[in-house]
Amino acid sequence: MQVGKASIKFEEPPVIESMASIVGKKEGEGPLGKLFDVVEQDDMFGADTWEKAESALQKQTADLAIEKGDVRKKDIRYLFAGDLLGQLIATSFGTVDLEIPLFGLFGACSTMGEALNLGSMTVAAGYADKVMAMASSHFATAEKQFRFPLGYGNQRPFSSSWTVTGCGAVILTKHRKEGIAAITGITTGRMVDMGIKDSMNMGAAMAPAAFHTIQQNFDDFNIDENYYDKIITGDLGRVGRTILLDFMRNKGHDLENIHTDCGIEIFDPDSQDTHSGGSGCGCAASTLCSYILPKIKDGTWKRVLFVPTGALLSTVSFNEGETIPSIAHGVMIEHIEN
Amino acid sequence: MEYVKAFLVGGAICAVVQVVMDNTKLMPGRIMVLLVVIGSILGALGIYQPFSDWAGAGATVPLLGFGNSLWKGVLKSMGEDGFLGVFKGGFTASAVGISGALIFGYLGSIIFKPKMKS
Repeated sequence: MQVGKASIKFEEPPVIESMASIVGKKEGEGPLGKLFDVVEQDDMFGADTWEKAESALQKQTADLAIEKGDVRKKDIRYLFAGDLLGQLIATSFGTVDLEIPLFGLFGACSTMGEALNLGSMTVAAGYADKVMAMASSHFATAEKQFRFPLGYGNQRPFSSSWTVTGCGAVILTKHRKEGIAAITGITTGRMVDMGIKDSMNMGAAMAPAAFHTIQQNFDDFNIDENYYDKIITGDLGRVGRTILLDFMRNKGHDLENIHTDCGIEIFDPDSQDTHSGGSGCGCAASTLCSYILPKIKDGTWKRVLFVPTGALLSTVSFNEGETIPSIAHGVMIEHIEN
Repeated sequence: MEYVKAFLVGGAICAVVQVVMDNTKLMPGRIMVLLVVIGSILGALGIYQPFSDWAGAGATVPLLGFGNSLWKGVLKSMGEDGFLGVFKGGFTASAVGISGALIFGYLGSIIFKPKMKS
């Protein structure tokens, strides 16, 4: 059912029936380390280039989600997946062997939100009984794509975030009474551009997009922060979180205690030198599948608004001195009472 | 003593640049260009060469020294070839440095592979 301006409320909410998360060594050493399904010690994932490594990461995560859910691969009708690389090469090379019809998505770090938006719509509408949503990022490929190749050895400013090496995948299935969690609604983000130009400070660029989507979600469903146990953004980091809380406070919403951010949760800034926090498609995706969903499943949190945020810049737009337009997609994930 | 002097002077230049990197939004590429240009200007003003004679490698190895070499090359070449020297001298004077960087960079890339930062 269409709700408000940009939201959908599912009368028969699609259910997350399986989830998998695989991350790199550094993420495994972070505060969420024990929660991931697999912590791969080899950052090359057995491949000989970083790009192939990220593809291997996607393949392994998809296989694991299928295995954990005890699902037959051929029953998954669509795959919604993406990554950060030009022309989505991590996804296109990584998902060949899956042989599942693919929608390749680019939403930068918001990709998992976009995949869940589209996946849950597809399932709820009856166009598929099962779909998979997946997103990945790799520190080394992202540095090469957006900043400098690792061989260059440049220094990183303090406001910059650390791209997570990780992948998260979920399998969505049509409404039923059991599962990990239910997706009860979505609020799709629109482009927001506040004129920030500093690509080393993406949290500041993305915070207004997160604010817009959260506010839209409140307006569309006629609710406020009290509806949720947690509102979890993707990768705003510490700088972005402060901005988001200020924006929300100006509108009369106090998110201080219920907001958290995957980028903040995944690394310990004191011992891991990650500056502003984690980022990348894999940040929100792997945190969702390791930390957030289990807490919803066991009822610690009954209602969560998951809002992955994406900075939709390219190296071309950046070099031409353009701003960083951003987007954030909201997914309402709720506990299933047995 | 020569080594100590070179180390201290070169280190001081790097320390100043590090402060610039940490406190401005200038990207590394711009800082490098800035250093080369400043070196050329200091060379043209006749300041860098005496400093370089005194500090040795501490002044010639940082990018400021590269700027000064460019300037020296242009000046020398203008004396020999006139106006055309403006286009020629910089490359002649910096050829060793540039080729060295390319060749040693290539050799390095054969032997070593970049690893993840941790």
